[in-house]
Amino acid sequence: MQVTERKLLNEMKIEFLSIPENVALARVVVASFAAQLDFTLTDLDEIKVAVSEAVSNAIIHGYENDSSKSVVVSARIEENRLNIVVEDIGKGIADLEQALQPAFSTHPDRMGFGFVFMQSFMNDFSVKTELGAGTKVFMSKILSDVFMDNDNEENVQLDM
Amino acid sequence: MYLQKQIVNNNLILRLQGDFDLMITDKFREAIEEVLVKNRIDNIIINLENVSFIDSSGLGVILGRYKQLSQRGGKLFLVNPKPQVAKILEFSGISKIIRIVTNEEEAFRVS
Repeated sequence: MQVTERKLLNEMKIEFLSIPENVALARVVVASFAAQLDFTLTDLDEIKVAVSEAVSNAIIHGYENDSSKSVVVSARIEENRLNIVVEDIGKGIADLEQALQPAFSTHPDRMGFGFVFMQSFMNDFSVKTELGAGTKVFMSKILSDVFMDNDNEENVQLDM
Repeated sequence: MYLQKQIVNNNLILRLQGDFDLMITDKFREAIEEVLVKNRIDNIIINLENVSFIDSSGLGVILGRYKQLSQRGGKLFLVNPKPQVAKILEFSGISKIIRIVTNEEEAFRVS
């Protein structure tokens, strides 16, 4: 197992009641936290969706809409990575493989796209779950280094 | 989240403002149910131009109404989504089955 030591630049943790109002709270807090890195607006939009999906899952499935329970969202900035953990100590997922399939949902009114969005919008994604004990969703977004320093670029003359 | 309802010639227009996530889904569903029970509605036009955010909860409600309407031969239209919302609509494949138009008038012309 490869363990990469990355420098921790910042860390945060919030805990809130398992109610729909707090889905927006969580995504806005994480996006604000993420903005400390040079993520693009698109990256931040994607982070917001991924966090919303994970928190919604915790509320709807983990706690079955029990508003007395709490969801914990934590995030760390390690060099050019944002690591997010969304955690509940609720029901747990009976069949994780099945749950991860697109368009699968145990809820009659839901699409089953939550995990698909999380996996597509984040660079790394994994789930730890235990029946009766809870679920932890781990997601990471890596800062794209596509836009490099311009020092080494040559200026190209366009003959118009 | 602000939700405005208007009925024009058996068409229900819903104008939303805010975020279309888990918080709004129940209210949204109830609002439509209430109208459908009291009125004859053929088509539903959902104006998304003031919606800044959507996730699978919002998509689920849209899809649910689409299925409900389709069974009765009705149509559902989505109006003028912002880029970040349009991206989610496209990514989920919903834009392939639900018509997206640039304004409410276009929905009326087509329906």
